[in-house]
Amino acid sequence: MSRRGSGTDFVVNAVGRRVPTAVNKQEQVPFAGVGGYEPKGKKRAPPIRSCRDYPADGDKRVSDLKTALKKCGLRDGMTISTHHHLRNGDAVALMALNTAAELGVRDLMWFPSASFPCHAPVIDLMERRVVHHIEGSMNGPLGEYCSHGKMRGMGVLRSHGGRWQAIQDGEVPIDIAVIAAPAADPFGNADGSHGPSACGSLGFALADSIYADHVIVVTDNLVPFPCIPWQIQGNNVDYVVEVDSIGDPAKIVSGTTEITKSPDRLMIAEYVARFLRDTGIMREGFSFQAGAGGIALAFVQFLKETMKEAGVKARFVRGGSTQYLVDLLREGLTDYILDGQTFDLAAVESIASDPRHIATSPFTSYNYHGKGNFASMVDAVVLGATEVDVKFNANVNTHSDGVLLHGIGGWQNCLFAGCTVLALPSFRDRIPVLVDEVTTVTGPGELIDVVVTERGVAINPRRTDLLESVKSSDLPIRPIEELKEEVERIMGGPPAEAQLTDRPVAVIKWVDGTVLDTVWQVETGGA
Amino acid sequence: MMSGGAGHGAAGPTGDDVRSDLRVEIELADKGGVRIELESKVASLYGDSIRDTAQAVLAALGVEHARVAIDDKGGLPFTIAARVEAAARRAGAKGKGDARPERMVARQGPTKRDRLRRSRLYLPGNQPKLMINAGLHHPDGIILDLEDSVHPDEKDTARLIVRNALRSVDFAGAERMVRINQLPLGFEDLKAIVPEGPDLILIPKVEEAGQVEEVDERIRGVRAKDGDGHPIWLMPILESALGIENAFAVARAAETVVALTIGLEDYTADLGVVKTKEGDESLYARTRLVNAARGAGIQAIDSVYGDVGDTEGLTAWARRSRALGFEGMGCIHPRQIQPIHDAFAPSSEEIEKALRIVSAFDEAQAAGLGVVRLGTKMIDPPVVLRAQRLVKNARRMGLIAEEES
Repeated sequence: MSRRGSGTDFVVNAVGRRVPTAVNKQEQVPFAGVGGYEPKGKKRAPPIRSCRDYPADGDKRVSDLKTALKKCGLRDGMTISTHHHLRNGDAVALMALNTAAELGVRDLMWFPSASFPCHAPVIDLMERRVVHHIEGSMNGPLGEYCSHGKMRGMGVLRSHGGRWQAIQDGEVPIDIAVIAAPAADPFGNADGSHGPSACGSLGFALADSIYADHVIVVTDNLVPFPCIPWQIQGNNVDYVVEVDSIGDPAKIVSGTTEITKSPDRLMIAEYVARFLRDTGIMREGFSFQAGAGGIALAFVQFLKETMKEAGVKARFVRGGSTQYLVDLLREGLTDYILDGQTFDLAAVESIASDPRHIATSPFTSYNYHGKGNFASMVDAVVLGATEVDVKFNANVNTHSDGVLLHGIGGWQNCLFAGCTVLALPSFRDRIPVLVDEVTTVTGPGELIDVVVTERGVAINPRRTDLLESVKSSDLPIRPIEELKEEVERIMGGPPAEAQLTDRPVAVIKWVDGTVLDTVWQVETGGA
Repeated sequence: MMSGGAGHGAAGPTGDDVRSDLRVEIELADKGGVRIELESKVASLYGDSIRDTAQAVLAALGVEHARVAIDDKGGLPFTIAARVEAAARRAGAKGKGDARPERMVARQGPTKRDRLRRSRLYLPGNQPKLMINAGLHHPDGIILDLEDSVHPDEKDTARLIVRNALRSVDFAGAERMVRINQLPLGFEDLKAIVPEGPDLILIPKVEEAGQVEEVDERIRGVRAKDGDGHPIWLMPILESALGIENAFAVARAAETVVALTIGLEDYTADLGVVKTKEGDESLYARTRLVNAARGAGIQAIDSVYGDVGDTEGLTAWARRSRALGFEGMGCIHPRQIQPIHDAFAPSSEEIEKALRIVSAFDEAQAAGLGVVRLGTKMIDPPVVLRAQRLVKNARRMGLIAEEES
């Protein structure tokens, strides 16, 4: 087993976490506080290309992916990027990496915008040394693999916005981007809202299409030029490859998205809706973002009723979109859906047909190097977490035993909303969610305003304005320490500390590219 | 559920969907001490705590040598203690020591005889995960059920779960009720449950006053040696034609009877009729029960509404119930609680009218007048009485602010 990590130097950063000064031989900047680091310099640019080198008739098709990768000059040690708009139904990432394996290359860095359980076979490619390491979310088996110290390089986890930042400021130069397209023309214009594998927005692939040295579009639905609308511009694309299938439609979008049936979770969702009402955040022309988790969906339903009662509508809502947001749009309760990801059939249909349902990208929504972004313009966002501590720091990456099990997604970026609400149960079975100190800091407490649990609502003491605004509310507003102590009593005492080694296996990046925290190899099962 | 021969016992659920619970298998041995094999999703957080809990229970039961296999899916200490005790007892452990977990909730004083009993939430006695947060939904009462929701093979372990829950789970001010099994099995339940001081015992399938008298006597017997002196209320459930015919006698069978209720599944089965959403087939039984209860000066409480997904049907049923004279009904899901509270609440028009009548009465009293007038209308004494009761109830439900009272 490689022990490269053992010689690493560490510093303690602004949230008091010990972080490595170098990751995969690249020097790092430790987290310096929110807004505390000011990057300088020029943005990265891809090599100059000229149209004289591309077919004048616009037909960039090649016979297969192998040919395309060869033409892109694939060789050992390159960085290959793929994207997760096909979610757990994606076949293209594995297709690209397996083809690279067939070509005999080694030590690739895989740079997905997120990974899903369907990507577990990448473990085998890492064992065979085709893939060196992953910079991107590592869920389920990939997270276990990394946590047990089996990956050769260190994992780097970034938010959706942080991924864009890392591409733009040259931290991650992409050699070859492989973009799965539910519809594309021979020129490389690509769209996600049409075709048998329709998934909605292709926003996660946009940065790669602009900044990668080489761009390959892979589609199972080739249409004659022009592919309308296009989300990816063919002018950025080198080659187009036609395949039988880019994924499993049943796993790309769900037929329906289910609201939670758990009475405790419904109560949490109802509290969040009442909180937005009682604080006055819910008012004519407001905006909010909620994900597709069970509590978030139920929250949208409760908020909808509350909005109707109060006779107010939103100017815009941000997705992850589902049928429940689409209902708001159709019933005139919001003017627009600004959508980052499209989860179910109703939402895919809506984004394809309703001009008020707009596909956005991490550039418009989250990018740190943009001249502003949408995330901070949203009035309220409702998110989940695996742990929150009494300083309001939250963790979405590791479980309480220290094992890496989730990516960051847009979670960190969303913390910049006017009011950030974490809606979560105070414990799961016998796993406390409210704790003294989170296992991993994914979000610093200064950006987390409210924690809503089934046992009460805790407001960050920094937000005196919110505390003031709920004075006459009948919500159970309680100090977070009191909630934590209650949970500890129910659990039968505080949990033992996670058993971790001193060897870093991954880092959590903050939205500005600094290192927020370290994921350590877990003690058990490392064989 | 039980497997193996002498010296072997198992308790607790198995399967992939088990949550907040555990499976325990125990093999008693002659030597080697207590050896615990633990498989737990929270082993890294609470592994030591789980072992300690199991060790303490086994020591109390006098088990010195045993092989114990625990497959834990995040059970809380009160559940772990109950499952280990059940498995050990099934394996033949005979110790008489106190294997109860440490008391975590303070004993509370007796509830009021006529407290609000609009909603009572049924919690199956063998499903601890449903108990943990039940109080947060603010039912007026919770029922830890040992009867119909518990499989006959699981009565022993459910009894231990319920006993431990009464010591460990904070039900957030809900009245703590236990439905015991039909007699005589119910007497076993009383022995285990009564020392923990539940507020109320539901007695199922009551047909004769004598059954209630016997339960009351047994409770007093247990309370005398192992209680805090305050009464435990009784709510007999009438579930047959004969029970309904004896409603008044049952209601007056003991001083501690505070409410009568009805079980419609069994009642309609007894009549041989279909139970409908409208409930016409049980109208006689329900009105008879209301009359008997009022005649005895106690509360009449309705059955449950079985379709959890049908909130409109539930509301309609609860409104009819209130109109018939019932003061509450059962719930089988926390989401039924609020609709029931809403349906049993008087409307704002009713409250306003009642307040005017009560204040007219108070003014007449103060002026020494025998006749109460509201505008040009004369108000009869029973109307005043009804208004006073409505105001009292509305106040308890928090529907009248203090300054208005």
